[in-house]
Amino acid sequence: MDLFLQQILTGIANGAIYACLALAVVMIYQAIDHFNFAQGEMAMFSTYICWAMIAGGVPYWLAFFATIVVSFVGGLAIERIIFKPLHNAPVLSHVVVFIGLIAIFNSSAGAIWDHNIKTFPSPFPSGSFGGLIGLHEVGMFFVTLILLLGIFCFFRFTRVGMAMQAAAANPDSAELVGIRVGWMLALGWGLAAAIGAVAGMMIAPIVFLDPNMMLGILLYGFAAAIVGGITSPGGAVAGGFLVGIIENLVGTYIPAIGSELKLTVALVLIVTVLLFKPNGLFGKTIVTRV
Amino acid sequence: MNTGRKLAITFAAVAAMGMAASSALADKMYGPGVTDDSIKLGNTMPYSGPAAAYGQIGKATAAYFDKINKENGGVNGRKIEFISLDDGYSPPKTKEQVRKLVEQDEVLLILESLGTPTNSAIHNYMNKKKVPQLFVATGATKWGDPENFPWTMGWQPSYQTEGKLFGAYIMENVQDPKVAILFQNDDYGKDYVHGLKEYLGDKADSIIVAEESFEVTDPTINSQMIKLKDSGANVFFNVSTPKFAAQAVKKFRELNWDAVFLNNSVSNSVGAVYKPAGLENSKGIISLMYYMDITDPANFDTEPYKKWSAFMDTYYPDGDKTSAFTAYGYLVGQTMEQVLKQAGDNLTRENVMKEAANLDLELDMMLPGIKIQTGPNDFFPIEAMMPVEFNGEKFNPLGKVVSVN
Amino acid sequence: MATDVETRLDSRLTVGEKIPVKLVIPVIVIGAIIPFVLGGYATFQGTLIMIYAIAILGLNLLTGFNGQFSLGHSAFYAIGAYTAAILVYHLDWPVYVTIPIGGVVCFFAGFLFGLPALRLEGLYLALATFALGVAVPQILKSSHLEGLTGGVQGLDVFRPDVPAFLVDNFGLTMDQWWYLIVFVVMLLMFWVAWNLINSRTGRAMMAIRDNPIAARSMGVNASLYKSLTFGVSAFYTGIAGAMAAIIIEFVAPDSFTFQLSILLFIGMVVGGTTSIWGAVFGGMFILLIPNFAEEISTGLSYAIFGVILILVIYVMPSGFAGLVNLLRARIKKIM
Repeated sequence: MDLFLQQILTGIANGAIYACLALAVVMIYQAIDHFNFAQGEMAMFSTYICWAMIAGGVPYWLAFFATIVVSFVGGLAIERIIFKPLHNAPVLSHVVVFIGLIAIFNSSAGAIWDHNIKTFPSPFPSGSFGGLIGLHEVGMFFVTLILLLGIFCFFRFTRVGMAMQAAAANPDSAELVGIRVGWMLALGWGLAAAIGAVAGMMIAPIVFLDPNMMLGILLYGFAAAIVGGITSPGGAVAGGFLVGIIENLVGTYIPAIGSELKLTVALVLIVTVLLFKPNGLFGKTIVTRV
Repeated sequence: MNTGRKLAITFAAVAAMGMAASSALADKMYGPGVTDDSIKLGNTMPYSGPAAAYGQIGKATAAYFDKINKENGGVNGRKIEFISLDDGYSPPKTKEQVRKLVEQDEVLLILESLGTPTNSAIHNYMNKKKVPQLFVATGATKWGDPENFPWTMGWQPSYQTEGKLFGAYIMENVQDPKVAILFQNDDYGKDYVHGLKEYLGDKADSIIVAEESFEVTDPTINSQMIKLKDSGANVFFNVSTPKFAAQAVKKFRELNWDAVFLNNSVSNSVGAVYKPAGLENSKGIISLMYYMDITDPANFDTEPYKKWSAFMDTYYPDGDKTSAFTAYGYLVGQTMEQVLKQAGDNLTRENVMKEAANLDLELDMMLPGIKIQTGPNDFFPIEAMMPVEFNGEKFNPLGKVVSVN
Repeated sequence: MATDVETRLDSRLTVGEKIPVKLVIPVIVIGAIIPFVLGGYATFQGTLIMIYAIAILGLNLLTGFNGQFSLGHSAFYAIGAYTAAILVYHLDWPVYVTIPIGGVVCFFAGFLFGLPALRLEGLYLALATFALGVAVPQILKSSHLEGLTGGVQGLDVFRPDVPAFLVDNFGLTMDQWWYLIVFVVMLLMFWVAWNLINSRTGRAMMAIRDNPIAARSMGVNASLYKSLTFGVSAFYTGIAGAMAAIIIEFVAPDSFTFQLSILLFIGMVVGGTTSIWGAVFGGMFILLIPNFAEEISTGLSYAIFGVILILVIYVMPSGFAGLVNLLRARIKKIM
């Protein structure tokens, strides 16, 4: 029973990692109606910026918020500089540009800060609840919930948030009612980059900072977002925890699978969920018209 | 392995010819890539992609050749031209790059290519083409098989050897041992486990109480650690690369697991593992070493360290002086230098291979009593290691150098 | 999400278009001469390019012509490669036979995977295929299959010598011999793809891509066509994988990571979706440009590759084939 409890708690801790990134994934989906495959690498790069500031003597919280601002501006700039000229290019070409961005961020981080792992400080006290779950993981859990609440309020109660959704869902009509669609896209990118930065800074203390930090996590982040429903921030968070827990339980209690095929099984489960609930567990059904 | 035997015979014949040739004094004999004033050596490394951290090894070796070119005018008056290409740790790419090196750049030999699957992809090719594949940077056992693959040689102690040495340590020092293993699910991880099991023999099944693997794409190994602790083991054997090793050390303490912590040499690094994981957390970890710990302040005043440090400052200034990889590349560079020195003016592929199998070398950064020794039937240059315990600052030797032989 | 894959080329959906013989014959002649002009290494590279081209064409049949997104074609490449390797290594089958078998095994694997994939579209399909690409190397090295696949150590594939009469009469080397085999296979595969696209089946495939609901209402059995396309696409990629195993003479799980899927995807977009011959250009791009990037800077080679990639998309958002079509249309206008 103790093992079971511990695996659940570790699953929740891992789930918090996935949930955090899944939020960033959902955020950008709301803005551009598409995945940003470079999300993980952007978050990694933001985390390095924060690390460099802290290493340079900047206090943690100052560096934390400065990184959020830098990432917001960076995200905005990427949309304006790189994606705006490609507005009419096919979506497949966009995906290739995302891949280009992944390569650029990953390789430059390695070249600037080398490939050795770095310790990233946690803002929360060290230690754990009886060896069951670390205080950082608990802190991260609450940061995720705060982010979620923020995103929910943003889309629900602010004019900009609603305008952004309109711009993504129906650009032409949005333009007609006076929404500046181009800038809404850029804003979405900025916000997603900022949320990604928070996710990166929360994840790094657990997994250590290195250029490939997000490689494995991003897949789980996407999976979480999709299982939960790509249109629903709350669903994404729930999806993150679900994936984290299922993965651990399967790895622990099904001997034929063990840790070796843990990821494979998690992925099979995800695909199965999608087969029965194609829009995710909490997503809205999209109606297509001819 | 019929071709293998044929190769071995050819090799013996050629080696005999080489001997005859070298006795004919002053006769210069050159293989491909060698001129009166230069020698071309080839190499592949993962400079990009997930394994890019290992790229430092290649850069350090390149820097070492820079040093001897500048300071000594190369080896025996010939400058070393070290062509190191990126393979991104992808076997097909390795094959492509190595064919470029051998067929287009016409290098004398391939030195210190990194990775087991990558070297496996060129293993047959190199032996068919009779191009030396020297001092491969991987610890698989298959590199020391002169009978079937007379053109391939390893360098570091093989992972299996180290696994066996850990087995010996456990049997001698732990009463009623129950071992839990965390290993990376690839050739490297499995070789260690294999070595340990081989040493334990029949008792392996009763002594090893839990084995958990992880993938390099796994975000954390926490779930595995909890399972391992739950097995009630009193020995924890960690076979993982630095990032996961640091996570394992942290989690090991967080779980208050009361066990002997054995750590594989791949991540036995203060700078890359113990410092990130917390020096306090890393106290008491036992590992095996064969060359000097470059992060141990006690070594900073020794001659070999000063020499190495000066080398790093001049020739590889962006290099990480706390990374064991840079020292590794430096040592392999020295080994290669020795082989070329011994070969003199007879720089044919056959003779270089013969001299590589004729080493008895002590390098100053290696731990006392550990030598690089090879022979026509011994293609494992380093086979001894020293058990050490980390005390939070530095490594304390535990007894004497051990080897399986 | 049907608009995920858009057509930028003319969608005349012609049936029975003739192969432009005047263009094709010189290309075939040049392609056949290459191995006798260039050295062994360049011939080897040329062989790899053609293998990639076949795999990219396979992916393109699925994505470009049928609108199904795949980020997991490395899985089929791996299955093809391992089929060949296992048959040669364990059962001593002649290597030549293993190539079509690799393709057939992949056809079934693709068809079966295509069945559940029917319910997934756009992003969801991308994730499912990506998951497949990530999972296959793990399954290959799983301890349950170790006896068959060689586990993490992989398998060696031994190639037989070049038939004696070819060596005696033409002095054919191993590299040239396999270049020619791959070249012939590639021509065959391209010819089949051309006929497929310009048939009623091809029209149905594209109709499903452009407007699945309309296609269904017009009586196209979308499910069947989509699964079949998945199978055919996997067949192409499997043939490529089998030949790659033979050319590299080695297979290991590390050879088929999801990076390979991404490379194939890049090759498809850069070559031009909805173009058959563009695949050759895509193959060249993914083999040669990383080498070129490395020559500029070793440490930053990925970054340089990324920059080149983005620039290429700027210059030709619809790929190389798209650019050529555009130029052709312009020139026609001027004349």
